[in-house]
Amino acid sequence: MPINYYIFLSLALFIIGIIGVLTRRNVIIVFMCIELMLNAVNLLLVAFSKMHHLAAAGAGNAVNNVGSEGQLFVFFIMVVAAAEVSVGLAIIVMLYRNTRSVDINFLNRLKH
Amino acid sequence: MKNLIALIPLLPFIGFLINGLGRKVLPKGVAGLIGSGTVLASFIISLTIFLQGNYAAPVVHLFDFISVGSLKIPFAFQVDQLTTLFLLIITGVGFLIHVYSTAYMHEEAGQHFARYFAYLNLFVFSMLLLVMGANFVIMFIGWEGVGLCSYLLIGYWFKNVNYTAAAKKAFVMNRIGDLGFLLAVFWIIAKLGTVSYNEVFTAANLAKLSATDITGITLLLFVGATGKSAQIPLYTWLPDAMAGPTPVSALIHAATMVTAGIYMIARSNALYQLAGTTNAIIAIIGAATALLAATIALRQNDIKKVLAYSTVSQLGYMFLALGTGAYTAAVFHVMTHAFFKALLFLGSGSVIHAVSGEQDIRNMGGLKKALPITYLTFLIGCIAIAGIPPFSGFFSKDAILLNAFAYDKFLWAVGLLTAALTAFYMFRLLFITFNGSFRGTEAQRHHLHESPIAMTLPLIILAVLSIAGGFVGIPALFTEGGEKLAEFLKPVINPEHTVHVEHSTEWVLVGLTTGIAVAAIIVAFLRYRNYKAEQPSAVGRLLENKWYVDELYNGVVVKPINALGSFANSFIEKSGIDALVNGVGKLVNYSGRQLRWLQSGQVGSYVLLMVVSMVMFFVLQFFLRR
Repeated sequence: MPINYYIFLSLALFIIGIIGVLTRRNVIIVFMCIELMLNAVNLLLVAFSKMHHLAAAGAGNAVNNVGSEGQLFVFFIMVVAAAEVSVGLAIIVMLYRNTRSVDINFLNRLKH
Repeated sequence: MKNLIALIPLLPFIGFLINGLGRKVLPKGVAGLIGSGTVLASFIISLTIFLQGNYAAPVVHLFDFISVGSLKIPFAFQVDQLTTLFLLIITGVGFLIHVYSTAYMHEEAGQHFARYFAYLNLFVFSMLLLVMGANFVIMFIGWEGVGLCSYLLIGYWFKNVNYTAAAKKAFVMNRIGDLGFLLAVFWIIAKLGTVSYNEVFTAANLAKLSATDITGITLLLFVGATGKSAQIPLYTWLPDAMAGPTPVSALIHAATMVTAGIYMIARSNALYQLAGTTNAIIAIIGAATALLAATIALRQNDIKKVLAYSTVSQLGYMFLALGTGAYTAAVFHVMTHAFFKALLFLGSGSVIHAVSGEQDIRNMGGLKKALPITYLTFLIGCIAIAGIPPFSGFFSKDAILLNAFAYDKFLWAVGLLTAALTAFYMFRLLFITFNGSFRGTEAQRHHLHESPIAMTLPLIILAVLSIAGGFVGIPALFTEGGEKLAEFLKPVINPEHTVHVEHSTEWVLVGLTTGIAVAAIIVAFLRYRNYKAEQPSAVGRLLENKWYVDELYNGVVVKPINALGSFANSFIEKSGIDALVNGVGKLVNYSGRQLRWLQSGQVGSYVLLMVVSMVMFFVLQFFLRR
């Protein structure tokens, strides 16, 4: 499969994520959109990693672990995302406890 | 011998350190003892050197001072005949004045008393460096040092604003001259690559200099001399310098420091003998200064101001001598002048001391009964400066006038006129101060007393020197085997041509000089023996106000510079530099206020902005690469 499809798919996912972050006011949904963007990046990384491996093999200098860095990074991102979610969800819970809502605009009050 | 020579300036310097650092703990007696003792020791060493008379190897190399590339300036002393003569004058007269000061300054608080002696010792040290240095750079160190000490001592009573202003004036005017000196030294280095006298003044090196070089260097050196030795146009600091304590005026502003310019030119006589134009300028300026200062002295009422202008006038005489090529006569006059002018200043100090600090001669009078020793010594000083034979001033003045006569008749006439004026104003001063009846207050009358022995003894010694000091240079006219001084200085000062005047002419000149001085004294006696306050005429007012030279300088130099300063302050500083600096601050403030609106706290808008700018970067990246 050509790489273009992967790129377009991940681009679409990323843009959906951005639009979600920008337009939605529910914190949980904003959060999910952020996850979506992260995963769009993950997808792209995996795709390029695979491509890299195949291209190296085609050129005849294939080594087993060529292109594995991309996949390695995916795991890093997953770990970071998990940590972020745990912190973020905790904030959201506290937010809800204090305000009985999960409206993101309420956070504007932090500037006061 | 080498160590002995190094000790001469070192001893006063040690005295300066002890008195300066220990001024808060030293009792007055000890401070005075250290101050006078170190100078006395230097005098004794100088005397030993003089008596040994061994000038075979005059240059004493102490250590390398500056060594840059091919330029080597050693810290070396050169003790030859000329230097020895100055050493004797500086340490001898200096010692007497130190002794005198112990009594004159006894009313000062202990700390200030020691400070005074510290300054005085530092001055002697600097002056010794000046005359002992074997090259122009060492001389310059001393040259600056004496200027500094002069500033410190004029402003000794620093709580009086007028005195500090006088000190500043002296310092600034000296600095103007010093610049000339410095430029001359640079010029010499640029042309010859050395500043040592015994290298600069060799025939081979002098031949390397073009006529322009010689004229330029000598003129710049002379500019330095006009500052230090108070000649037109830089003389106005010296009368103001009388703000300092009277012994300081005697030592610095009469006997030693102001003769630095004469010493420098006499030292460089090999150079000056080649510079005809400069010599003419020096002679003219010297004669003009002598006459101008003498006219001003005619109508001054401050006892020290009269002596100050008389000093300027006598220095003018010396420069007249230097200009006419009579270096020996100039040095001779330096010596005799040191004696009688120190005597006169110390005498005036004794008078001021007696009348409780009064300096205006209109409020004195009839002091000769109360102050017999002071009166007698002052009288001797006056006769000496007036040039009555056989007192010392007669011989030196006669030598100068003789040379002036041979050089140019007009300059000689100016010198003669000045001699008459000198006799007149000195005896005016004498008669107003000591004759007639006392015009001061009752309290002063009761306080009148002769000064203590520490003050009268230096007066007596100086009076003896003022009488006898002239015999070292007695001209061949009067006795066989005269001109001892010229003989003594011959290795250093060796003029290419000497003046030859017929003995009959010389007799006429001597008679004329003496006659005119005696006539001036008689006129002064008739006019001032019973002085009463009088309304000054227009000319008198002009002279009393010193020809308005200070006002002229104020208008021509000081005011424009002040105006320039306030223009720079109000325009360049306020609306230029300040506006720029404040503008930067205002700009930052303003842009900060505007940017604040971006920080709205709306998380959504931050993210939107982020996304928009990212997209913009991508777009730019894609489109601008093409």
